[in-house]
Amino acid sequence: MYIIVVGGGKVGYYLTKTLLNEGHEVLLIERNPEKVSTFAERFGAVVVAGDGAEAATLAAAGAARADVVIAVTGEDEDNLVVCQSARQKFHVGRTIARVNNPKNEQLFRLLGIDVTVSQTNYILNLIEQSIPERSFLHLLSLRHADLAIIEAKIGEGSPVTNRTIAEVQLPVDCVIAAIARGPELIVPTPATQILPGDDIIALTHREQEDELRRLLGCFVAT
Amino acid sequence: MKVVIMGCGRVGARIASILDHNGHDVAVVDIDARAFRRLPNDFRGNTVIGTGIDEDVLRAAGIEDASAFVAVTNGDNRNIMAAQVARLMFEVPEVICRIYDPVREDTYRRLGLTTVCPTTTVSALILDHVIGAGDLLGARGREA
Repeated sequence: MYIIVVGGGKVGYYLTKTLLNEGHEVLLIERNPEKVSTFAERFGAVVVAGDGAEAATLAAAGAARADVVIAVTGEDEDNLVVCQSARQKFHVGRTIARVNNPKNEQLFRLLGIDVTVSQTNYILNLIEQSIPERSFLHLLSLRHADLAIIEAKIGEGSPVTNRTIAEVQLPVDCVIAAIARGPELIVPTPATQILPGDDIIALTHREQEDELRRLLGCFVAT
Repeated sequence: MKVVIMGCGRVGARIASILDHNGHDVAVVDIDARAFRRLPNDFRGNTVIGTGIDEDVLRAAGIEDASAFVAVTNGDNRNIMAAQVARLMFEVPEVICRIYDPVREDTYRRLGLTTVCPTTTVSALILDHVIGAGDLLGARGREA
């Protein structure tokens, strides 16, 4: 696969390195010539100096035959324009943009960027997961289907404690995928009983998240 | 008419001041508070410090009930992104975006943005003086 990476910061650097190791054809475009010469020493001739938002740079990089263009600069406006230009002018099939301000994810999707990666959101999620008091966690959003994977801690007072899966009336578009009980990970059957202290991992439609939270007796807001 | 202007450089300040003089409701957004010095002393409009690619900043400038949005910062990409935010997220009826790079300007004009490219416009004006005036002189010379 031919992949063009725009932006040679930390993300661009490690991304290029990983993709090269996986055997892809990669070209890294970076604006700062000093960085370019440092990277060229490490990676060889797969790094070029230039502004990825300029059509001439993308044309010279052979964007017309690129399978994927990934924009990972520190500026959202630059990442947006790189991806839009790749799509509109060079008909690149897949564009991926790093989104620094999580609020921009919706806009980028509206504007036709195929994948947005908000590291701010990922980091926030990871931090949330390591805060022990929270009883209901949003683990992952599956954007295209509007689904989310959540983790819920079942307390003594939860309305579902000591019930079997079959007895629990789950909201529509919700399914309990797994139960973590101590060191065990159980794939539940209808007969599986929910015990206090269980961590329930569920797949749910985003709109049902609040209802599921209430049902499981998790009142701490995410 | 309510107008939000992003970028208080020479162009932004001038547009803001003229619209204000004509009795329009103007808000100017700039990331650098010092830029507002370019506005005249009697400017009655609103000034907002912040970047126009942040929806909250645009909201503070009153974009939700604006009838026009003008993006004239020095960054082409910033103007392009802000213009698309104004058009898609806030559905501002009239959105004008300055883009210095003629190639980018062409791309976004095709995508439906109202664009102004100073590079081609100013070049054409100057060329008109250089070549146009030359031709004109030549023609006059032949006539005489």
